[in-house]
Amino acid sequence: MSSDTKRALLKPIVDDNPVTLHVLGICSALAVTTSLLPSLYMCVALTVVAALSNAAVSAIRHILPSSIRIIVQMTIIASLVIVVDESLKAFAFETSRELSVFVGLIITNCIVLGRTESFASKNPVGLSFLDGIGNGLGYSTILILVATSRELLGAGTLLGYTIFPNAADGGWYKPNGMMLLPPSAFFVIGLIIWAVRTWKAEQVEKPEFQIHEVHRTEAL
Amino acid sequence: MPDPSQVPGAKTDTVARTLLVALFVSLLCSSLVASAAILLKPRQVENAIVEMRRNILEVAGLWAPEAQVDELFRSIEPRVVELATGAYADDIGPEAYDLVEAAKDPAQSVEIPSELDVAKVGRRAKHALVYLVRRDGEISRIILPISGYGLWSTLYGFLALEADGNTVSDITFYAHGETPGLGDFIVKPAWRELWRGKRAFDDSGVLELRVVKGRVSADDPLADYHVDGVSGATLTGNGVSNIIKYWLGDHGYGPFLQNIQAGESP
Repeated sequence: MSSDTKRALLKPIVDDNPVTLHVLGICSALAVTTSLLPSLYMCVALTVVAALSNAAVSAIRHILPSSIRIIVQMTIIASLVIVVDESLKAFAFETSRELSVFVGLIITNCIVLGRTESFASKNPVGLSFLDGIGNGLGYSTILILVATSRELLGAGTLLGYTIFPNAADGGWYKPNGMMLLPPSAFFVIGLIIWAVRTWKAEQVEKPEFQIHEVHRTEAL
Repeated sequence: MPDPSQVPGAKTDTVARTLLVALFVSLLCSSLVASAAILLKPRQVENAIVEMRRNILEVAGLWAPEAQVDELFRSIEPRVVELATGAYADDIGPEAYDLVEAAKDPAQSVEIPSELDVAKVGRRAKHALVYLVRRDGEISRIILPISGYGLWSTLYGFLALEADGNTVSDITFYAHGETPGLGDFIVKPAWRELWRGKRAFDDSGVLELRVVKGRVSADDPLADYHVDGVSGATLTGNGVSNIIKYWLGDHGYGPFLQNIQAGESP
């Protein structure tokens, strides 16, 4: 594997993660992560859309007039999302009901448009495709971490199988209902970002402003 | 910001070129979307039928997650009812009867007078398809298809009544487009649980069943007929009330239910 392909594929997983570094795609990360199964479908859906739209935008990058490039990218992304949504309705009906509008909302997921605009419109097809997969994997990593902790702590199950026997059914685990509510996804994502930035200190942003210490004499 | 002339595609920015690319991309994308929609349609229709049957089984109290839907569905008895008289119309085979198609066909449907059409159904079929659940030969539940407008969308569902044609056993909506996380309370098990044991008609036969705003208060004299609404989704709740009002009314299943209450059930 050459260094370019390796970078396109692997860098977005930790070093350039769309969720933890760029804080994109948070809305769907909150909404679909109450249990693991719909999150996995969401990961696949987003990865497919990101990879294919990157490849498509890259393929027409030399003939694409810059004045209409955003709307053309949106058209391509929207078409792919509709195809993915329709396929889920046909082949994974139950899960598609659970994901409801959130597959459709991949259209507005900043990760996808962000990658087509900043990467695919300047790079060759193969590399753009891999960049889409890489960013999809980066998003998936976070989604799976969040969904695993939420389903495990919120319901004591994983993919519907009991891991911690529920106290209500005679087990020892009392589920934490808060984990199933949207705010807990914020807490989990916050903790992940904290952990990643402690490990990779270069991801810590510079403070936008510093509170200036005022000397008593100055204030008077 | 990079110099605009350096942006890829800047030199291709002539009007003709722009229009051509826009046309090309639109054509390609629309044919992609159209072919996906057409190719996947049969499977989606099949899924929708299974989902509808699963809902019927659920309100019938027969649903078991492990079992085959088609297998279980055989124990349910579909019957065609002429709504105007409330009598069974057994000359129409229930297997071939398509309620949705019949409602569109001018010959098989009637326009609902606007003053009666509280649920904005528009037209309804002259004949309805009801589902009977029997236990030891006796009818134990009557399942009525209902539909009507909520806040954003037409709701399609089933109302299950006990054999007395008055006590509610369950309600379900298998297709709706209400606000996710808000108006979709109508499919939540906790809310459906509230319907269980409610009554539709009072002792003089007046329809009182409806969804109220907020919680049903403890001193509500009609507490037996009222179901909690959800604040923030009042209009969806009103939609459900209107659906009940129309379909259990005289223009809906009223005559049929009167026959049932009078004990005329073959």
